[in-house]
Amino acid sequence: MTEARTAGFDAAARPPRSQWRDVWDQFKTHRGALVGLVIFGAILFAVVAGPLIWRLDPTYVDPNPVNMLKLRNQGPSLAHPFGTDQLGRDMLARIMAGGRVSIAVGLTAMLLALFLGTLIGVVAGFFRRLDGILMPMTDLFLSLPLLPLLLLMVTLFREPLGQGFGTETGIFLLMVGAIGVTSWMHTARIVRGEVLTLKEREFVLAARSIGTPSRRMVLRHILPNVMSPIMVSATLGIANAIITESALSFLGLGFPPDFPTWGRILYDAIDQMQLYPSRVILPGIAISLTVLSVNYIGDGLRDALDPRIRGR
Amino acid sequence: MLTYTIRRLLIAIPTLLFISLVIFLILEMAPGDPLADQPLTVPPEVREKMRAALGLDQPAWVRYLLWLRQFFWTEPLHLLDSLFGTAMADPGGRIVSWQFRAPAMDVIWQRLPQTLWVVGLAYVIGVLIAVPIGIVSAYRQYSWFDNLGTFVSMVGFSVPTFFTGVVLIIVFAVKLHWFPSIYDTTLKVSDWQSFTRQVQQMVMPVAVLALFNASQISRFMRASMLDNLQQDYVRTARAKGMTEKVVVLRHVLRNSLIPVVTVIALGIPTIFGGAIITEQVFKVNGLGQLLITAIYANDLPMVQTLTFIFAALTVLFNLIADVLYGVLDPRIRYD
Repeated sequence: MTEARTAGFDAAARPPRSQWRDVWDQFKTHRGALVGLVIFGAILFAVVAGPLIWRLDPTYVDPNPVNMLKLRNQGPSLAHPFGTDQLGRDMLARIMAGGRVSIAVGLTAMLLALFLGTLIGVVAGFFRRLDGILMPMTDLFLSLPLLPLLLLMVTLFREPLGQGFGTETGIFLLMVGAIGVTSWMHTARIVRGEVLTLKEREFVLAARSIGTPSRRMVLRHILPNVMSPIMVSATLGIANAIITESALSFLGLGFPPDFPTWGRILYDAIDQMQLYPSRVILPGIAISLTVLSVNYIGDGLRDALDPRIRGR
Repeated sequence: MLTYTIRRLLIAIPTLLFISLVIFLILEMAPGDPLADQPLTVPPEVREKMRAALGLDQPAWVRYLLWLRQFFWTEPLHLLDSLFGTAMADPGGRIVSWQFRAPAMDVIWQRLPQTLWVVGLAYVIGVLIAVPIGIVSAYRQYSWFDNLGTFVSMVGFSVPTFFTGVVLIIVFAVKLHWFPSIYDTTLKVSDWQSFTRQVQQMVMPVAVLALFNASQISRFMRASMLDNLQQDYVRTARAKGMTEKVVVLRHVLRNSLIPVVTVIALGIPTIFGGAIITEQVFKVNGLGQLLITAIYANDLPMVQTLTFIFAALTVLFNLIADVLYGVLDPRIRYD
């Protein structure tokens, strides 16, 4: 009892702490999430800053055929710590370049899915009239067979988009668009649910009674309060997008062969995996480690953002 | 309950029609030409005739309506014909795959057993592993077993199936020579030897998919058990002097299974379509592999039919999951 009272007294005497400070304190107690954050940060750093230090060109094939044949399929050495591939390209440089693309696709597709999901969720939750159209649409999207449709979209539209924007940009846009359009539904449902409960709260009533217009109501009062579920689905969205991109690349339907992504490097190495298993294992570990660390971050974030657990 | 089911079934009809239209329109917008593989020496008028033979000279809406008629009228009639030996269906009106020059449904029926065996068995095994792990993890929360189980399930759904599959192939097929890396669909099980070979080639694909399914379902099971273990009725049951076994396995487990059963039902459609990647890794000649080859070959009727079947299964099992939830949990009322 005394303990509780002193705790209450302390809390009153201390300067007010921001919500995000509390969230961080709770997040720190989740060991897996902390390790995940460190690993994800390290991967991000290696992929972004690595090519500045390790300056070999990931697509460089020695123009002299004799040299090229000598450089092929090398094991790890000082010049090539991860060895070289079937065309004598440096694997370390390829994995770093591939990670850039894979993570860039993951982040952009997540942002697109988050934007769509939040928009549809907020609109459906806030405007009752649109709810009747938007939620059946969300359910419809949920019942689509997503992987087959993704395969379809990517195969059918890669040529025209590649011609329109150049091969790399076109396929990047196609991947991001396809993954984003097929993964916003869970965010929309969660956000809608949160908005529906928020709408009944007193502060929304207060804001409305002083004549706040709908637009400002959403931007100032509703959106900041649905940030926590959005952040959790953001982390899960990155993981999902990276896996989907590498799965499509693995099926040979992703980026073109001279444009490395983790899934593509893995796919290219499958033919010779009996002789050079390390070329399959390395990109696979990169994908798995990234997704695992992101999932752990999401797990920790979910605990940290849950006010029922926080502060216990 | 019955009215709810009927209402949901009625809503499912326009949903399915809409989905089939979406798939048709996506295919329609696609630039691929099914005659692209034909040699350039084919004269234009012959090429026109070939297009007409495939039905491509008709406007899009005619082809869509024709596909609807074929799928919802001719194919079911044909199925009845082959079951009862009648001759109601018009033999020329079936959906014909351009790639196989044979009715699409026949090819699908041929491929179905492989998919059902490998992927279905993996799902069953996954559920059988996941439920006990979830129960023990929740009952001994934060014990070493729970921590290990959480880590394994985290790894299980973070590592993509194409990577686990490839690693298993490298370890068990290339290094140890225990299992074959390629699934032989022509193998007929007739005696003990062929049976062991069948089992050997199924081990790896089933293990990959079972790990993936088990890791997802065990998380649900654990969360659901944890929710129920803190309820008042558990304390009441213990206070009445029931043994721990009865409390956990009869009272808590039954209540916790309700959401898990619906999750399991929702996962069943992925048995048919979702194992596309695993089938590709192990070269299982199933439905997922059929879809991919059809996409590569621009075989539009096959793609349309298969994708629509996947969609119909998803809608159907969504409905079953919702109805099941109401049946299992009398507190849920759909009125």
